[in-house]
Amino acid sequence: MINFNNVYKRFPDGFDALKNIAFTIESGEMVYITGHSGAGKSTLLKLIAAIERPTSGNITVNGQNISKLKKSAVPFLRRNIGLVFQDHKILFDRNVFDNVMLPLQISNFNTAMAARRVHAALDKVGLLKKEKSRPITLSGGERQRLCIARAVVHRPSILIADEPTGNLDVDYAKDIMDMFTSFHQVGVTVLIATHDTNLLQDTPHRILALHQGQLAI
Amino acid sequence: MNAWLTQHWQAFILTLKYFIRAPFTNILSILIIGIAFSLPVGVYTLLENLQSHSGAVGGTPQFSLYLKLDATKNQALEIKKNLEEQAFIENFKFIPKDQALKQLAQNNDLARVIGNIGDNPLPHAFVITSRHITASKLEQLRATMQAWPGVEYVQFDSIWAKRLDAMLNIGRVIVAMLATLLSAALVMVIFNTIRLQILTKREEIEVSKLIGATDGFINRPFLYFGALQGFAGGLTAWLIMAIGVQTLNDELVVLAELYTTNFQLKHLDIKDSISLLLFSSWLGWLGARLSVASYLWKIEPK
Repeated sequence: MINFNNVYKRFPDGFDALKNIAFTIESGEMVYITGHSGAGKSTLLKLIAAIERPTSGNITVNGQNISKLKKSAVPFLRRNIGLVFQDHKILFDRNVFDNVMLPLQISNFNTAMAARRVHAALDKVGLLKKEKSRPITLSGGERQRLCIARAVVHRPSILIADEPTGNLDVDYAKDIMDMFTSFHQVGVTVLIATHDTNLLQDTPHRILALHQGQLAI
Repeated sequence: MNAWLTQHWQAFILTLKYFIRAPFTNILSILIIGIAFSLPVGVYTLLENLQSHSGAVGGTPQFSLYLKLDATKNQALEIKKNLEEQAFIENFKFIPKDQALKQLAQNNDLARVIGNIGDNPLPHAFVITSRHITASKLEQLRATMQAWPGVEYVQFDSIWAKRLDAMLNIGRVIVAMLATLLSAALVMVIFNTIRLQILTKREEIEVSKLIGATDGFINRPFLYFGALQGFAGGLTAWLIMAIGVQTLNDELVVLAELYTTNFQLKHLDIKDSISLLLFSSWLGWLGARLSVASYLWKIEPK
């Protein structure tokens, strides 16, 4: 469960990115966050993963108060969250398999079991045949899928994606969105920020619309 | 425990990979460390050698132990027994006062004087030859013997030994100063190496932090790397010394033959060698630790 209560975020330069944000997302729910660029979508997602801290207000993620979370506890919060980035943040010095392996190494997984999990995650995003490839040889869509595989390999309870379809053509974007839906169907809480409202025309899921740092009702 | 070991093993393997990726730069910095370290190690080795040969430099150390005039026979026997038990004593000889007087009387001039005295004024004495040990140990030995009951005075000409010891002490201070300065240099070299590594791994560190890596996980390969470089530097210094000692010994053989003595330089013993390697590894770790502490926190995902 994710809960925002009177959350404000002001950056050091005085810009108010988020103003008086309050909402609750239940476990297993799938929610879209929309808004123009600069509306505060990314900032909102970063607050959940404690990449940014709120200026005031309370944020609770899985029962933990993010505003008061110690620095040393942040890694353990993030191990419960899968992050998908628009710019992928893939490491180009290692192959596809090793990229997906990274979260499991970090959380101290037994190697044999970790390999099985990596294969399962790569299979889910359709990259199993490319496990030995270098990321540099992958297309934009493939890189995005690699990023998703890395985000889900450690089976987080929350999956957060910031503009996951940003640079992809329509068909590809649809594929990616279907992938997120399938994670939602197995019980993962999914949050997707997107400015692409075309994709959301007949979605059954909740939409949180941000406008200039405020939630539009 | 097993998982913990696995993590350390993985960090170690990763360290080796970093190392192989830039072999030239790494070997270069190891050589710098090794050469810098071989200087204090060399002076230290020389001192150790001088110290172990200090006896040979000053001749055979001899004591004269004079008994009190009223010392009893039992006390003399007790002293004899004590001397036999002392580890550092090579051999000793008892000289009774009659024999001493006789020896003295062999000198014609003195014979007349002695004739006039009547009673024998000389004490019983022991002449003691000790092993080649350091001046401070000789001094200790003298004090021990002086404290035995029935002993009037123990004489020992220790000025040469004291002089040598003082010089060795100056040498030790020089070693300490060199070691301190060059250790600081080693820490700085590693500090800089690790700083460069952190900067080139910026992306990896950022991503690792984003997916829940603890600081320990991120630090570990860098700390291993520092320790490994320190170790390799120490090993290089040790090898440089080994070659140096070997080369010098080849020439020393010629010199020693001319002096008909047997003087050979010895390399560091096992204990000193292990200390050297542990110390240089620790310094490497320290450099890495400082580097990690001053740069890693700056890399935060945005």
